Amino acid sequence: MPLDAKTSKDKKTFKSVGTSPIRPDGLDKVTGRARFGADMSAPGMLVGRILRSPHAHAKIKSIDTSKAEALPGVKAVITSADLPKHKGADEDILINIMARDRALYDGHAVAAVAAIDPAVARKALKLIKIDYEVLPHVTDVDLAMLPDAPLVHPGRYDGAAENEHLASGLQEKGKAKSKRKSTNIVSRYDFGHGDVKKGFKQADVIVEHEFTTEATHQGYIEPHACLANVSSDGSGELWVCTQGHFMVRDVCAALLGMDVSRLRVTPSEIGGGFGGKTTVFIEPVALALSRKAGRPVKVVMSREEVFRASGPTASSSIKVRLGARKDGRFVAAEAVLKYQGGAFPGSPVEMGAMTAFACYDLPNVKIVGYDVVTNRPKQAAYRAPGAPMSAFAVEGCVGELAEKLGMDPIDLRKKNAAVEGTKSSYGPTFGPIGLVETLDAAKKHKNYKVKLGKNQGRGVASGFWFNFAGNTCVNINLNVDGTLALAVGTPDIGGSRASMCLMAAEELGIPYDDVRAIIADTSSLGYNDVTDGSRVTFASGLATINAARDCAAKLCERAAKIWGIPADAVKWENGAAHPAGSNAGNFPPLSIKELAAQAHSTGGPIAGHYEVNADGAGPSFATHVVDVEVDPETGYMKVLRYLVVQDAGKAVHPAYVEGQFQGGAVQGIGWVLNEEYIYGEDGRLQNPGFLDYRIPVCSDVPMIDTVIVEVPNPGHPYGVRGVGETSIVPPLAAVANAVSAAMGVRATTLPMSPPRVLAALKSKST
Amino acid sequence: MLTVRLGGSLVSRAGGRTEFQLEGRNIMEMLRHLGQICPELQPMIEKNVVSVAVDGQIYRDALLHPLDPGNEIILLPRMAGG
Repeated sequence: MPLDAKTSKDKKTFKSVGTSPIRPDGLDKVTGRARFGADMSAPGMLVGRILRSPHAHAKIKSIDTSKAEALPGVKAVITSADLPKHKGADEDILINIMARDRALYDGHAVAAVAAIDPAVARKALKLIKIDYEVLPHVTDVDLAMLPDAPLVHPGRYDGAAENEHLASGLQEKGKAKSKRKSTNIVSRYDFGHGDVKKGFKQADVIVEHEFTTEATHQGYIEPHACLANVSSDGSGELWVCTQGHFMVRDVCAALLGMDVSRLRVTPSEIGGGFGGKTTVFIEPVALALSRKAGRPVKVVMSREEVFRASGPTASSSIKVRLGARKDGRFVAAEAVLKYQGGAFPGSPVEMGAMTAFACYDLPNVKIVGYDVVTNRPKQAAYRAPGAPMSAFAVEGCVGELAEKLGMDPIDLRKKNAAVEGTKSSYGPTFGPIGLVETLDAAKKHKNYKVKLGKNQGRGVASGFWFNFAGNTCVNINLNVDGTLALAVGTPDIGGSRASMCLMAAEELGIPYDDVRAIIADTSSLGYNDVTDGSRVTFASGLATINAARDCAAKLCERAAKIWGIPADAVKWENGAAHPAGSNAGNFPPLSIKELAAQAHSTGGPIAGHYEVNADGAGPSFATHVVDVEVDPETGYMKVLRYLVVQDAGKAVHPAYVEGQFQGGAVQGIGWVLNEEYIYGEDGRLQNPGFLDYRIPVCSDVPMIDTVIVEVPNPGHPYGVRGVGETSIVPPLAAVANAVSAAMGVRATTLPMSPPRVLAALKSKST
Repeated sequence: MLTVRLGGSLVSRAGGRTEFQLEGRNIMEMLRHLGQICPELQPMIEKNVVSVAVDGQIYRDALLHPLDPGNEIILLPRMAGG
């Protein structure tokens, strides 16, 4: 098999891939042996704690740490004055982890201490005196865009994007051009093609709505935690719960002025990430405390800190227009998206804009997005960042269009579905994709045939996610007994170690149990991008396959030496080296165990390696179908049945693929039903805990039914597509469409909590 | 010559212009030419905050990826997932 093979055509039948063995880390996790972020200790370790702003926006006039520093047991106190100054993107990260002259949101870190125990650390925090001057704040995206809104960063943004917004003709009518020199609107994003004005003139039916979604948190069970240890020679070690330890190393080294080679980062097991652990919060603070104290420092966020000071997703305000002919063909689509991503630029509005209409083949489409800053914590990625909100708005309009046209919602989507060769709404032309296949499978499923009762409704929605690849490096070391040690550099947040083992086993023709995967630290492997973008099974998988092929080639070379024949006269099949043909000689096969046992005496250790900046990650589409029942007396909504159909390209470990489908669906259900960041008039978060911020529990959801569609991705040797994110794109819209059908009124505001359902029912009756 | 279209915030940074005719044998050379004829985009190119879609495939860091005039080339914001 050629090492540069990059087409799914080179592998059509599988022995290991496509099976669902027990995960290698499973036993440790269920017995409590697995070590997470907070589980590591070191001799002489101190406890790190962070003091946070109680104000949404305030000038920090002075900080007096003298009493805290004098407290017995306190070994270090730091403020922004202890951190280097930076410009550009690093400056935003640095200010987010430790406020400089202003606190920009409730929960913003302003100082930190390292002490001998938690009690002393807490007491020290109380002894830090900060003189605040409270400033006006804004937490709502629409209010932040008003000309007289309090400015989050006075003077930083020049008003150009605001003027474009006001001049675009897409905003509310009657507003004059802004004369302000500063604004909260950071950037404007434009996508689309064709002529939407002409397109809407061709439309027989037009649907138009305004939608809002609230910020939600990823809800990972494990809070952020790390243990930093900086020695007196300036070198350091960090044990951390993260989705990307190479990123943590590089960012921390840059922020703290360390050589990258002098910081070694080891990832712990991770208790959920979903995108929220793709940046740094406490890690540079722990390193700075350790450097100042000369002792190891552990920092563990409380749940309240996770809510107030890590990175939830953006809230949004979206306007959509969609026009179709009587036959159901879409002729024009238009959307304006406004996302606030907290106190720093970088809301995922551009990806919301790019994904909004990606499911459809549209002759005329225009999308404008605005990135807006507010006095909230800086948002972080959350599973398909930006896409669920825009899909909620667009798919809501598609659902209503189906009602108005009297068409089946799946048939309407299929009539307009993007296929191979479709020019996408965000620009590029699609290659082989599987949206139509998901729609067909959804329509055939038994759930779609269930007859609904009183107060029940059915919702359908489709969704798209790009999927990414990126920098990846993998090692395979052959052990003396013929088993393999597989070292990858992408933290396992969804069962990827099992998938990597399956792919290595597949390539080398050996049992799955003979391969053991670890997540190597930053000093043991070349750079790996963060575990994000649904990239790991694709990219680390691709690298694993090629590292296994490299290993197989070396095994063949070793067999050739033993047999005294040319290396190209040996082939690797079913876990053993064989003569490639009758001309090569008549030698009995040499198994991987036999070659491993002789390795030291036939040339030394045998290892496979591969590094790549991978490309070719195929996009993924999904279609969800959900039935709900609404109680008109209480507004309580029950999800009766839920179906996820998604294109996985090739499911390496089908049970984990189903788990990704189900997990995304449940998180999306939570986004619709209850989850929201609630801010008071004072700009403070009102519900920073799982009692008041309610994520779904088992009793809230039915069994999530799944169908895996496999339209091979030509960019991967086995046809793999990423699956981790697409599954959260359709649920907001699917459930909202079902609730709308059950209520008889369009749901345009999330979450659809019982009070909102009752209000919607009341609006219908009045 | 390569026909290169823009998307996202690049459009407003380029003063509303959405298409350029550029030279370059690979992504690095194409971006260098773009920065020369549209200096407003140079900061974004230097900060590496653009992705390049070539025939439907999105490249984030592959500066040496070859280009030819038959390619569909679209500049997009640099993207990241969760």
